[in-house]
Amino acid sequence: MANWHRLANPTLFLEWSRRVRPWTGVATAALLATGVYLSLFVAPRDYQQGDAVRIMFVHVPSAWMALFAYAVMAVASAAGLIWKSPLAHLTAKAAAPIGASFTLLALATGALWGQPMWGTWWVWDARLTSVLILFFLYLGYIALWQAIDDHARAAKSAAILALVGVVNIPIIKFSVDWWNTLHQPASVLRMDGPSIHSSLLTPLLVMGAAFAGYFVVVLSIRLEREVLARQVRTLRRVQSRG
Amino acid sequence: MTRRRRRLYFIVSSLTMLGVATALALNAFRENLVFFHSPSEIAEKGIPAERRFRLGGIVEENSVAQGNDGVTISFRVTDTAASVPVRHRGLLPDLFREGQGVVADGSLDKDGTFIATEILAKHDETYMPPEVAAALKKAGRWQGE
Repeated sequence: MANWHRLANPTLFLEWSRRVRPWTGVATAALLATGVYLSLFVAPRDYQQGDAVRIMFVHVPSAWMALFAYAVMAVASAAGLIWKSPLAHLTAKAAAPIGASFTLLALATGALWGQPMWGTWWVWDARLTSVLILFFLYLGYIALWQAIDDHARAAKSAAILALVGVVNIPIIKFSVDWWNTLHQPASVLRMDGPSIHSSLLTPLLVMGAAFAGYFVVVLSIRLEREVLARQVRTLRRVQSRG
Repeated sequence: MTRRRRRLYFIVSSLTMLGVATALALNAFRENLVFFHSPSEIAEKGIPAERRFRLGGIVEENSVAQGNDGVTISFRVTDTAASVPVRHRGLLPDLFREGQGVVADGSLDKDGTFIATEILAKHDETYMPPEVAAALKKAGRWQGE
């Protein structure tokens, strides 16, 4: 228990994140280079979709990370509320713009794939609509932090919004099973094993790992800046009381 | 009970209640959340003519026929239990073919033919290279079309 709590100490976090980041950065760059090479040059064309299948190698990892970033944000928000931990609140705050970017990327690449394959950029089916709601939740969360000047109150309100939005996560994941949608059901994370051939699955998983690495690196940079900004705020407050 | 524990329970119970409420609401709106209706559902419900809805299913094998004017196409959409005849005038997506999923937007006419105003292809969740698809078909292990 004692060790676990040490990570919640901002100074120790800064030290730890600076030590780990170069390695994560290098690993991410290597994974991304391998993933792009595999996706564009090694992976075969799909028997139905032809080369358009390559859009999946960006679309699916973005969608995974859109959900994962939200999960991180929600867990951090809950931890922030329960343990009144500033570092947890700042983690949630730092994760939000990354999650929003991944969501936008998933929506955009999905539209680019949908136009040639389905015959439409966009439909209001349960999957697409629930992901759009996720994007708006991210924007609302970011806007709430901006709207409230008092830092502690902003953290609390934003955390509650993040937790309320959690209901959307299982809806996104299972929308394709609960309701009939235009979007296809899951190909990788399904009960009876992946319905995607290994020659197409390998590049997808490498890209997934690269996106996850990118998330960790950018999150640690953003969180470091949030922690430093908080220290500046505290110093200013002490000074003005002076 | 410590304050931390009380906050934890409060968050967990609030989220549970929110989850239950959402599940009930989604269940109540089930009808409006589906993107399309299958031929069986249409046979069961008896949807009146002229009402707009989306029909989804598989394009039946050997059912696609081109009209004399060259732009009208007719085919049957099936879910293996029931099937509905469809007529469409206009463009088709690349993935439209017999044995593939399709979603058509339009309405039934008086004879029970679905007059589509838009046709979308529904792609399934199977991804594989063409050689693998060919090998599966050759070995008779093909589960799709």
